[in-house]
Amino acid sequence: MRTSVTRSLATILLVALPIILFLISFLLGRYPVEPLTVIKVIAAQFLPIAQDWPPVVTSVVLDVRLPRVLAAMVVGGGLAVAGACYQGVFRNPLVSPFTLGVSAGAGFGAAVAILLFGERYATQACAFAFGLLAVAMCFAMNRFFRLNSTIALVLGGVIVGSLFTALLSLLKYVADPNSKLPVIEFWLLGSLSSVTTADLVPVIVVTVPCVAGLLALRWRLNVLAMGDEQARIMGVEVARLRLAMILLSTLIAASAVSISGIIGWVGLVIPHFARILVGPDFRRLLPATLSLGACYLLIIDDVARTVTAAEIPLGILTAIVGAPVFMLLLGRGRLGWA
Amino acid sequence: MILAAANLAFSYPGRASPVFSGVSLDIAAGEVVCVLGPNGVGKSTLLRCLAGLSAPGAGSVLLEGQPIASLSRAAVARLLALVPQSYETVFAFSVRTVVEMGRAPHLGLFDAPGEEAARMTEDALKTLGIGHLIDAAYSEISGGERQLVQIARVLVQAPRLMILDEPTAHLDFANQARFLSLVRRLAASGLAVILTTHAPDHAYALADRTLVMSPHQPPVLGATGEILTETVLSGAYGVPIRLIRSGGHVACVAELDAQ
Repeated sequence: MRTSVTRSLATILLVALPIILFLISFLLGRYPVEPLTVIKVIAAQFLPIAQDWPPVVTSVVLDVRLPRVLAAMVVGGGLAVAGACYQGVFRNPLVSPFTLGVSAGAGFGAAVAILLFGERYATQACAFAFGLLAVAMCFAMNRFFRLNSTIALVLGGVIVGSLFTALLSLLKYVADPNSKLPVIEFWLLGSLSSVTTADLVPVIVVTVPCVAGLLALRWRLNVLAMGDEQARIMGVEVARLRLAMILLSTLIAASAVSISGIIGWVGLVIPHFARILVGPDFRRLLPATLSLGACYLLIIDDVARTVTAAEIPLGILTAIVGAPVFMLLLGRGRLGWA
Repeated sequence: MILAAANLAFSYPGRASPVFSGVSLDIAAGEVVCVLGPNGVGKSTLLRCLAGLSAPGAGSVLLEGQPIASLSRAAVARLLALVPQSYETVFAFSVRTVVEMGRAPHLGLFDAPGEEAARMTEDALKTLGIGHLIDAAYSEISGGERQLVQIARVLVQAPRLMILDEPTAHLDFANQARFLSLVRRLAASGLAVILTTHAPDHAYALADRTLVMSPHQPPVLGATGEILTETVLSGAYGVPIRLIRSGGHVACVAELDAQ
């Protein structure tokens, strides 16, 4: 019965941790806010509560910290879930949501928008569109050459990824090194420092239904992860299900990248981390991955905006903080891979 | 008739000569049909065609009277289940999780197996004598145990026809005997079974009918006792084979080179 106790403990932890971190994150930052005031400010949006705090507090909590905290959780949770699904669909521990070229395509799209328009909504839209385009190219290539295997799809991702990386280098080469180039570079390193509610809304609109879809399909992902042949024997329309899974995961990854820039590591390692905690069964793994991904990026972003005056880009921090932690886990626990 | 295949032929693209051709086979509830033949004669490919996993180049496969290609994968999986020769998993799923997957064709797209599936899983594992493995990692049990777990998955899948590709290949001598009894029990309960094997003895022990596939002769299907003669076996395998009968058992022995 010890295992069932451990299980319930893990469940409680995975549910409570994001909520606690969500509330704590509002207290962090240059402007001090009381914990009770945070709850009151948020509650005042839905309930008639007399305002006994200065208006600037409302602005700090709702306009500055709320979008940023939500963005970190949505991007982190989304990338982690997308990564777990990619790993399951491709049956490969080295796969991340960026394997089919989403990040390379999005990086190129963002650079195009920065050079041509220099406007944030255009950058977000372009990054999203080119991220999807890169993955569509992988599928088109696979279909055109009738390769029809997941390994060929991953190799297609390598090809498309290098193509967009090369095109991105070309843009960086011609970009004005005093004005445009630093913007491109900083975008590529990943940041949530200037996220507003308006940026966040389209990301939530895409991510939440896609994550819900993947969660609804998560037992089927177990069957799919047994291998194409086994899944077909057990009555699964493999090609259709795989396409749906990749489409949903890719939409999540592309919208995450569009708002945050390229934040690696989360989509690759959080699924492994979750697997050590709750095992490989996607019924438990996917919710755990969602929770851990949201918590992880939220912690990282809290660190990024509080530790130093000049913000450290998230893409750097996720790896610097995550690598030693993951190394420890790897040494002590089992990975859940055969 | 659960499954009826007529005049099946299969060729790999770009190869002139077919792997096999002119194979006809049908099977009814409770029947056991054994497929014998030397390596490379296309036994596994035939099973894949019968299970609707490969499309034959010629001929037809009817499952309960309907062309198998016209049925959805789920409809096929409710009627027949295949246990392939080998299967590797990447994830360390528990045996329970793997066996429960047999419910997939019976569940809606967004459903997951519930208490009924859990009970069926426990029963199936107990029936096969591997109840103690339920929480073990599928990736860490032996090849023979995996074979039994796959059979348990078939029982949970509850099809009318079970197709086994060399089910005894990974089993030791005692487990082979236990396995043959198990197949007999399952057939007696009404399940139709098609299996391939490299041991003609197993055909004698189990099969109502046997299909013999030879590299250079057309395939022949018939009642096991009538068709598995020394001449047919020697011809199919290309070595002299003798049958030894004792107390209702038949053993096949290949003559070794005298030297």
